Amino acid sequence: MSQSEVEVPFRMLPQLGTRNSFFWTAGERGELTFLQCGDCGCLIHPPQPICPRDRSKNLSAQPVSGRARVHTFTINHQPWMPGPELPYVVAIVEVEEDPSVRLMTNLVNVEPSDVRIGMPVRVVFEHHPDDGGDVWIPLFEPDPERS
Amino acid sequence: MDANDIIERRSCISGIGQSEIGRRLFRDPLELTLDACLAAVEDAGLRIEEIDGLSTYPGGMAGPAGFSGAGAVAVHDALRLELDWFDSGVETAGQLGSVIKACLAVGAGLANHVLCFRSVWEGSAQGEKGRSGVMPGSGGRAAARAPAGFTEWTLPFAAPSAAIWIAMFAQRHFHEYGTTREQLAQIALNARANAALNPNAIYTEPMTSDDYFGARMIAEPFCLFDCDVPCDGATAFVVSRIERARDLRHPPIRVEAVGTALHGRPSWDQFDDLSTMATRDAGAHLWRRTDLVPADVDLVELYDGFSFLTLSWLEALKLCGVGESGPFVEGGKRIARDGELPVNTHGGQLSAGRLHGYGFLHEACVQLRGDGGERQIAKPNPQVAIAAAGGGNTCGCMLLTRE
Repeated sequence: MSQSEVEVPFRMLPQLGTRNSFFWTAGERGELTFLQCGDCGCLIHPPQPICPRDRSKNLSAQPVSGRARVHTFTINHQPWMPGPELPYVVAIVEVEEDPSVRLMTNLVNVEPSDVRIGMPVRVVFEHHPDDGGDVWIPLFEPDPERS
Repeated sequence: MDANDIIERRSCISGIGQSEIGRRLFRDPLELTLDACLAAVEDAGLRIEEIDGLSTYPGGMAGPAGFSGAGAVAVHDALRLELDWFDSGVETAGQLGSVIKACLAVGAGLANHVLCFRSVWEGSAQGEKGRSGVMPGSGGRAAARAPAGFTEWTLPFAAPSAAIWIAMFAQRHFHEYGTTREQLAQIALNARANAALNPNAIYTEPMTSDDYFGARMIAEPFCLFDCDVPCDGATAFVVSRIERARDLRHPPIRVEAVGTALHGRPSWDQFDDLSTMATRDAGAHLWRRTDLVPADVDLVELYDGFSFLTLSWLEALKLCGVGESGPFVEGGKRIARDGELPVNTHGGQLSAGRLHGYGFLHEACVQLRGDGGERQIAKPNPQVAIAAAGGGNTCGCMLLTRE
C-alpha cells in the first residue's frame, strides 16, 4: 500500500469521461468549476451538451468562488460503504454564484452537531491519486470569513 | 378537459393477488412472481387465456440485489401468454407507473385484461448483512469507480442510499416548517399498530414511542424505524377494461384519475424545492383530472419507503396544507383506522414489508372491497381511496372509487 493510500481515506471515485473530467480535476488548481453558457451566462450542473435555458452549445468550464451555503444536510450514522469515519455529514450545498446549482458533498473540519442549514461554507479539495486518473473531491468546510 | 379524454376512467382493477411474503424466504423469485400473478387472475375470475396485456416495474434487472424478482419476458413466457400489449421499465411515474400505463392501454383499446406485477426478493438477496452488504463500494478499495450519472455525484461522498437523500428532504422540511421527530414517529407507530392486524406483515409486535426513540439512528432525522424493511414477495393486479369487468368475481375498483406529472428537475438534489419532491407535481396532477376533492377521500395508502415520504404525500395530495403534515399526524389519532383519514392500514412498507409500491394499491383495493377483516377501517362502506407510490425524483398516484 503506497503512502498516499494510507493518508487519504477511501472514496469511491467517479469514472472520468469527456463530459465530467473538468469538474473532478479542477481541484488540482484549487478551483471549483462548472459548465457555463457563453451566451446567457447560466451555470449548468450536472454537465450536459447544451444550455438548458437557451439551448446554446457555446459552453465552457469556468471557475466559481468556491463559496456556498448549506441547503440541507444529514448526520449519517450507518456504515453503508467504506468511507469517512462515523458519524459523517452529507450535505447539499448551494453555490454562491447561483443557489439553484447544488452539490451533494461532505462537510469537514466541523463538529456534526454544529452544522446548521444556511451555514456559509467554502470548498476544500481532497486529492486522490489513482491509476484510473487522479481525482480531486470537492468537500466543504465552515467559511471563517463569512461566519 | 372533456371527461372522455380521461381514459383511465375506462379501466378498473378487477383482480388482486399476492404471493407468500416474508423477511427472507429463500424461494425462487420467479415462482413468487407467478404465485401472485395466478392469484390475481383467479381473484378476477378470469382464465389465463383471457389475459392479453402485461405490465411490470422495473422489468428484468441484474441489480440492485433482489430489486427485481422477474421481468415481463420471464412471466410472458412462463405463462405462455398471448399478448396484444406489454410494457416494462423503471423510467416511469414511480412503481405504480406500470399500473397507470396498463390503465391507459385498456382505455385505448390495446388490451382488455392487463396483468401487472411487482416482485422483490431483497430480503434473501441482502442476507444477514442487510442493505450495507450490497451497497456499491462494499467491496472496499478494489471497488470499481462510480459510473456516470446520478451515482457519480453521490458515491464519492459515501451517500449511496435513498435514506440519506430523503433524510435531507426531511431536514429541509423540519427547517422550514418546524416539523419534529415526534410527529414523524407517528407514521412508524401507526404502521406498526396496523401491521399487528395484518397476517402477512413482517413486523407485528407492538412498538411504543420509547421503542422508536430508543432505536439506533441511520441518517438524521431517520432512525431504524423510519426505514422500510426489505422482504421477499410479489403483488399482482388485473387491470381490465371497465365494460369487460362487470360480470367478473368482484365489483370493479374504478380508476377515477391518475397523477404522473413531474415539472421539477428529475433529480434528488437539483429539484427546485427540497421541502417537497416529485410528489408535489404528481399529487397536483391527480386533482386536475377529477371533480372529486380531497374531502371526498375515505382512506389513503401512501408510500413509506421512508416515513417522511408519507408526510410528503399528505401535503402533495392536498389532504393537509403545505408544511402542515407534521401537525396533521401529531398524536396519531387522525390517521388511525378509526380516525378521520386512515393511513397505511396494512402497516405500510415500514412494518408490512418493502413490496415496493404495489402493496399500497393492494391494500386500497382490499379496503374498498370491505375485505380488510380485523384491520378494515372503522368508517363503513368506504367509497374513495388513494394509492400513491414513490417520491424523491419519481412517483405516481391513483384515485380509486368503488363502483
